[in-house]
Amino acid sequence: MSLLHVEKMTHYFGGLRAVHNYDLQIEPGQIRGLIGPNGAGKTTIFNLITGIHQPTEGSVQLGSENLVGLQPHQIASAGLGRTFQNLLLWRHMNVLEHVIMSQYSKMTYGLAGAFFGTTKRKRQEAEAEEKAYGLLELVGIGDLATENVLNLPYGAQRRVEMARALAMDPKILFLDEPTAGMNPEELIQMMAIIRTVHKKFGLAIFLIEHRLKVVMELCEKIQTLVFGEVIAEGTPEEIQNNPKVIDAYLGKEAID
Amino acid sequence: MEVTTSELSTPETGLKSKILELFSSVPILGWLFGILIAVILEQIVGTPLAWALGLPKIPALFGFLIMLKKPMLVPSTMLYVLLIFLLPIGIVARLTLAPANRLAERMINFSMQGSVLVHLVLLYAIFHIWTGVSDYRLLTLKFTLIAIMVTVSLNVINGYMGEFSCSHPGFMALGAYTASVFSVSLFVNDSMFGQALMPSFLGPFLFPIGLILGGCVAALGALIVAIPSFRTRGDYLAIISLAFMFIVKSLIENLEFVGGPRGLSSQPDWANLPTVFAWTVVCIWVINNFVRSTIGKALNAIRDEETAANAMTVNTKRTKVVAYMFAAFWAGVAGGLFAHVLGYVNPATFGIQKLAEVLAMVYFGGLNSVYGSIVGAMSLSLLGEALRPLELFKWIAIPLLLILVMIYRPTGLIAFKEFNVKKLIQPKKKKGKEV
Repeated sequence: MSLLHVEKMTHYFGGLRAVHNYDLQIEPGQIRGLIGPNGAGKTTIFNLITGIHQPTEGSVQLGSENLVGLQPHQIASAGLGRTFQNLLLWRHMNVLEHVIMSQYSKMTYGLAGAFFGTTKRKRQEAEAEEKAYGLLELVGIGDLATENVLNLPYGAQRRVEMARALAMDPKILFLDEPTAGMNPEELIQMMAIIRTVHKKFGLAIFLIEHRLKVVMELCEKIQTLVFGEVIAEGTPEEIQNNPKVIDAYLGKEAID
Repeated sequence: MEVTTSELSTPETGLKSKILELFSSVPILGWLFGILIAVILEQIVGTPLAWALGLPKIPALFGFLIMLKKPMLVPSTMLYVLLIFLLPIGIVARLTLAPANRLAERMINFSMQGSVLVHLVLLYAIFHIWTGVSDYRLLTLKFTLIAIMVTVSLNVINGYMGEFSCSHPGFMALGAYTASVFSVSLFVNDSMFGQALMPSFLGPFLFPIGLILGGCVAALGALIVAIPSFRTRGDYLAIISLAFMFIVKSLIENLEFVGGPRGLSSQPDWANLPTVFAWTVVCIWVINNFVRSTIGKALNAIRDEETAANAMTVNTKRTKVVAYMFAAFWAGVAGGLFAHVLGYVNPATFGIQKLAEVLAMVYFGGLNSVYGSIVGAMSLSLLGEALRPLELFKWIAIPLLLILVMIYRPTGLIAFKEFNVKKLIQPKKKKGKEV
């Protein structure tokens, strides 16, 4: 039984078919990649699975739970953590607050706790803070906890997103171009973090990436998406040598 | 470093920084002692001193009114303020510096709640004695405290949540009328509602129920606004809430059983200073608790990036609606108090002018800050009173001030600052000593 099961997912933006008959199965603890040229619909697939858009057709299941029709926060609470391609951080909040915020659904003290500061609230907030510090240490920005996120360098902002997604205890982590815009050094650090996280939590990871180096090194299985359709699926070697993939990326002449 | 800066600065700024340094380690407790002494002093020697200085009576609002009405009296008024307030406060605060710091530290170590309570009791004592001199002061203070409640609650929406809501006067009106109907119909022999249904001695004890009822009705009103307008972001809330304010106003104008446009009077005098003070403290405490919890900080997350908030398990829709109802509740309570302070309420009070006033207080004081809202509400309502002799020009002076604030501090005087009670009342160490 796979952990995440997507079947025949199709989505239209008005008349434009963005994703067509997309299938995906992620096993527990697996790292999978999704590559494809710009505009192929990779981020749309992320948004469809995480509930930001609703698929026009098809089914998405996490374990035995159906995710289609749920709100993004419900899907997130069910165990789908994600980061964003264009860094959606909260600009007036500091790093620590980010990582505490994504534990929102675990705060069960309710409004009474929020209004009157009950002991239950104090305990839960303290637990959340402790966990947040732990995760910040894990991704290597423990010393930046009280900084406002806007003051951080780009690489550190990416790590905040990572820690924020991890704080919600996901079963699967969706990483939308985790190394976009990074220099080679930051890239290597980020890959190390992804590996650590994978090993430590036994997480399944699904990542979109443009840099083939990252995908080839990290992923067990890769899908290639072109114009909303999967044209190839397989191990990194298979993908690398697939003529359709080369065609999509480099054009017909490259094959000849 | 110290030497170079003092050498470079002109004598005037040197003096200023010296004075500032002299008082930099005075804790809040010390200031409260000083002010307490000053108001007691005024109680004792205020009247003779005012006579001796040629003033008609004790200057009610630190002499602003007198100075603006009769410029001839400016020197003696200033002398009065100096002798009664500035000098005693300064001297006492400075002299009690060491013991006040020790006491503050001991109290905090003993019990945080107890320490807060002591500060509040001192603050109340100051208010009580200060307002004992004239009824005008009492009324001004009560309105100021109510303005603080309204401003802090509006800041939850316009500051913390980053939406633009215009219906706070409407919520106040709902609260004011509900609480008034509650108290007038139950406890007063009135021409509109007939005989009292309950003995009037019970009134002050049941008054909180009336206020909470008013708050709940206001919260229900907020729910009606929230359901359609929180489906999308943007200007919808501003438009719908503005419409809601006008709907409430004309609804009340057309309800004959609460007096229509003539208004509703004969509310019993239950909103005395302790009551208003206590409600204000509770309001600030609850709202401050809320905005500092993760559930409340979700509002900031929604304001800054709603998609991300939703993807990080925050139930954005529910959070927004709950926060809006919560803010409306406190506006309703404030409205109920307002009606009982005045002993009269009419729909015209809760119009566009009230809205402008409240919005000005929020944006002047600072967005996303309970602290800022307290400062904004206090300074604008006191300023509004102090500049009353200017009559029409008051409405030029205050907006001008607002424009200046908007130019130099676009988010308000004290924006994005956490109101941390513990930090506020803790003893202050001398600079450099901590390290």
